Amino acid sequence: MITLAHVLTLGAVLFCIAVAGIFINRKNVIVLLMCIELMLLAVNTNFVAFSRFLGDPAGQVFVFFILTVAAAEAAIGLAILVVLFRNRATIDVTDIDRLKG
Amino acid sequence: MTFELVCFYVFAAVAAAAALAVISVRNPVVAALSLVLTFFSMACVWLLADAEFLAVALVLVYVGAVMVLFLFVVMMLDIELVPLRETASRFLPIGVAVAAVMLVEMLMLIGVRSLKVEPIADPAATAGLSNIEWLARSLFTDYLLPFEVAALILTVGLIAAVPLTLRHRVGVKKQNPSRQVQVRREDRLRIIKMAAETKQGESP
Repeated sequence: MITLAHVLTLGAVLFCIAVAGIFINRKNVIVLLMCIELMLLAVNTNFVAFSRFLGDPAGQVFVFFILTVAAAEAAIGLAILVVLFRNRATIDVTDIDRLKG
Repeated sequence: MTFELVCFYVFAAVAAAAALAVISVRNPVVAALSLVLTFFSMACVWLLADAEFLAVALVLVYVGAVMVLFLFVVMMLDIELVPLRETASRFLPIGVAVAAVMLVEMLMLIGVRSLKVEPIADPAATAGLSNIEWLARSLFTDYLLPFEVAALILTVGLIAAVPLTLRHRVGVKKQNPSRQVQVRREDRLRIIKMAAETKQGESP
């Protein structure tokens, strides 16, 4: 029998892998976007688990909305990435320093 | 150890291994395909957690649409592979350290909290409904306004992506169909009065 702890642990592991990926991949914006998708997946897994084990449909409804917003986010983010590559000819994070932050 | 638990461990192991591949391979195409495998395995885990509709939606939306978009962008951008991963060694220790500390903290939290939650039967099944019906009754009553807003967000995202990537290049010769159909006779044809042409020395 799967318990709440099983699914939450899996979500935590995926989230930490995604965080490590953001630290490691400082050269490629595409992989950073993929790591953000991985984080959203981990959070969604937590929502699904709580919805299932607390018997509340609100969690699954929330996952539905997160999927919607994540799809829009991926479309806009990749469009920005294409424009960025067209203007600067690079997707290296360390080269994108126009704002001098 | 039930069959369900064995399935869960297999899917979880595949998902974690594929997620590790996403952040560690050099080729972005391989990373995208590993992410597809991660999403698919997690959809299987969601199925085991009785979230059938969301599992199918995850495969449709992510594997079917978002990851194909990622693959298109990876293939459109001409990225040279060699200089990628140059600074990886510099950030690798701090990244692994942060992730490990976070993981330990979260696992401690889960260990404390999950003791208080009793495993219950599938709430949709106890209500005598399928998962989709259970979800839809909540979605179309209590969450109807957020549902409409989500539709609006998708429309905004769809429209915003077009002007972002639209490019007006200068110096390109092209037709303007709108002006072509608006043309009038006076713009193209000018009737002038002139004397008749005659041969030299001959009278008309």
